[in-house]
Amino acid sequence: MVLERGEVANSWRRERWESLRLLTPNWQTRLPGHHYEGPDPDGYMTMGEVIKFIDHFAAVCRAPVRTSVAVTSLRRADDGYLVATNDGDIRCRTAIIASGACNLPAVPALAEAVPSALTQFTPFGYQGPAHLPDGGVLVVGASATGVQLAAEIRRSGRPVILSVGEHVRLPRTYRGRDVLWWMDSSGVWDQRHDEIDDLARARRLPSPQLVGTPERTTLDLNALSAMGIELTGRLAAVRDGRALFSGGLRNVFALADLKLQRLLDTFDAWAGSAEAGEGFEPTLVPASPRLQLDLRSGEVRTIVWATGFRPDYRWLDLPVLDAKGHLQHDGGVVATPGLYALGLPVLRRRKSTFIHGISDDARDVIEHLAQTLAAR
Amino acid sequence: MTTADNGVNVQALLDAREALKNAPEAAQFTWRATSKWQKGVHSTTTVQNFFGLGQEQSHKTETVLDADHPEVFAAEDNAITPIEYLLVGLASCLTAGVASVAQNRGIQLRSVESVVEGNHDIRGILGDTDVRNGYNDIKVTFTIDADASKQEIEALVAQSQKRSAVFDALTNPTNVSVEVA
Ligand SMILES: Cc1cc2nc3c(=O)[nH]c(=O)nc-3n(C[C@H](O)[C@H](O)[C@H](O)COP(=O)(O)OP(=O)(O)OC[C@H]3O[C@@H](n4cnc5c(N)ncnc54)[C@H](O)[C@@H]3O)c2cc1C
Repeated sequence: MVLERGEVANSWRRERWESLRLLTPNWQTRLPGHHYEGPDPDGYMTMGEVIKFIDHFAAVCRAPVRTSVAVTSLRRADDGYLVATNDGDIRCRTAIIASGACNLPAVPALAEAVPSALTQFTPFGYQGPAHLPDGGVLVVGASATGVQLAAEIRRSGRPVILSVGEHVRLPRTYRGRDVLWWMDSSGVWDQRHDEIDDLARARRLPSPQLVGTPERTTLDLNALSAMGIELTGRLAAVRDGRALFSGGLRNVFALADLKLQRLLDTFDAWAGSAEAGEGFEPTLVPASPRLQLDLRSGEVRTIVWATGFRPDYRWLDLPVLDAKGHLQHDGGVVATPGLYALGLPVLRRRKSTFIHGISDDARDVIEHLAQTLAAR
Repeated sequence: MTTADNGVNVQALLDAREALKNAPEAAQFTWRATSKWQKGVHSTTTVQNFFGLGQEQSHKTETVLDADHPEVFAAEDNAITPIEYLLVGLASCLTAGVASVAQNRGIQLRSVESVVEGNHDIRGILGDTDVRNGYNDIKVTFTIDADASKQEIEALVAQSQKRSAVFDALTNPTNVSVEVA
């Protein structure tokens, strides 16, 4: 059985902002035996469409979902597990932790030092620019969420400062195709967890700077600068009411530009094309990026923390987390017998946390689970 | 691929990273310097002992560093100025990083040279409160000869900044507390 504290597709219903569309194209949005059949395979689904898609999948595959059942504890009992819920206890021999990788916004501790006159949002509380106070906005974090929110807030006419740490730069299209078509076709996304040199690092990789729009526009930092968004370094501290930014902005640009070029070289090599593809402008470094922002001056009235997400394991009463709170597993197999995980970054493949990434991972993990059950 | 030899024991560093994963206390180091005023703006700083891996440690020999101001500052110029030491720290840290990353990536280095320039408006230290005391910006230019493409060399330099203690110390704020004993 599948236990869900809310409804089917809960995260898409409750934990996303109004304007969000998938950054993965429609043709790529597929679940086992289930794919997009509409008129616009190269488009990107709105939240309403994603919810419909997942709802429909749940109905068609007749997944035994019990909604409005929140797991409050999972612990060892005899040779299996005891699952405590708001709707009674359940015993099981095997369990899969598929509770998501993004249950909570990850906000850095330095947020506590922000003067109380400022309004702070995480992506969970943020709905759209219309719900923000007037005045300037500091967006912290320049991965998918941060670049998307910075752009739409800027379009609402507000001055926007975007604090940029390490990021993954991608063009929306390359050689006329969606860049995610290249990730998919060239095999980059299929790269397995046991083939990756530095797996811990691959699992920490932030989401790419992409947005799904009908115009298929690229939303890299040059695009944001052109919109009049001010780029600053990584937010390093808030001291005496001042936000202090890193002076290492040029290097995070260099790292991202070099990585992008290597990725495009991989695509070219895979495609066997000798001639160079379209080149990309290096990320333009502002003449003198600001190092400080007086948060009491009124220049900025709102801070949006686009600093990533993390899972919530407060209900997990098992010693399976490492010192940093990450679930320890080997390709989704947890050391405690009969316990599995799905839907975590690079669980078994680079595509693991994407909607279309679940099919292969689930097949592998379920195979292991079935063998474990059969061997008992 | 790992026939490259830049003289960096990368394996020891990788082993240390593994070992310290389970012993974060041992990773806590304290670096120390002891300074003494000589005369005018001339001082002498000695460095030998530090703390790390859970115990007191010591360099093989004591290093003695003098600092003074140049004659254009109406000083005796017994040695370089303190702010120039920051450039020494930055250049040597980034260079060490380039060598280590190159070793780790199997890239043989033949020469690594760099020029570090710090632009400084000295009106700040002379009391103009609209001008900052420290550097306005610092520029490092590397010239590297190695068995690698231009792109790989750029990646070495980028990665060395990413892992550099001094780059971090200069680009990010640090709490500094100065007390009188
Ligand atoms: C802002 C954002 C944008 C994204 N955009 C894309 C995109 O464009 N394309 C793409 O492929 N992927 C995208 N993703 C990744 C997306 O999260 C995954 O593709 C997919 O939703 C993961 O599904 P999941 O079922 O593993 O996790 P979730 O969707 O998080 O589902 C986990 C479910 O577990 C439930 N749950 C958690 N704890 C408990 C408990 N204790 N008891 C009972 N139920 C519980 C939750 O209510 C939730 O419904 C995005 C993620 C975010 C955060």
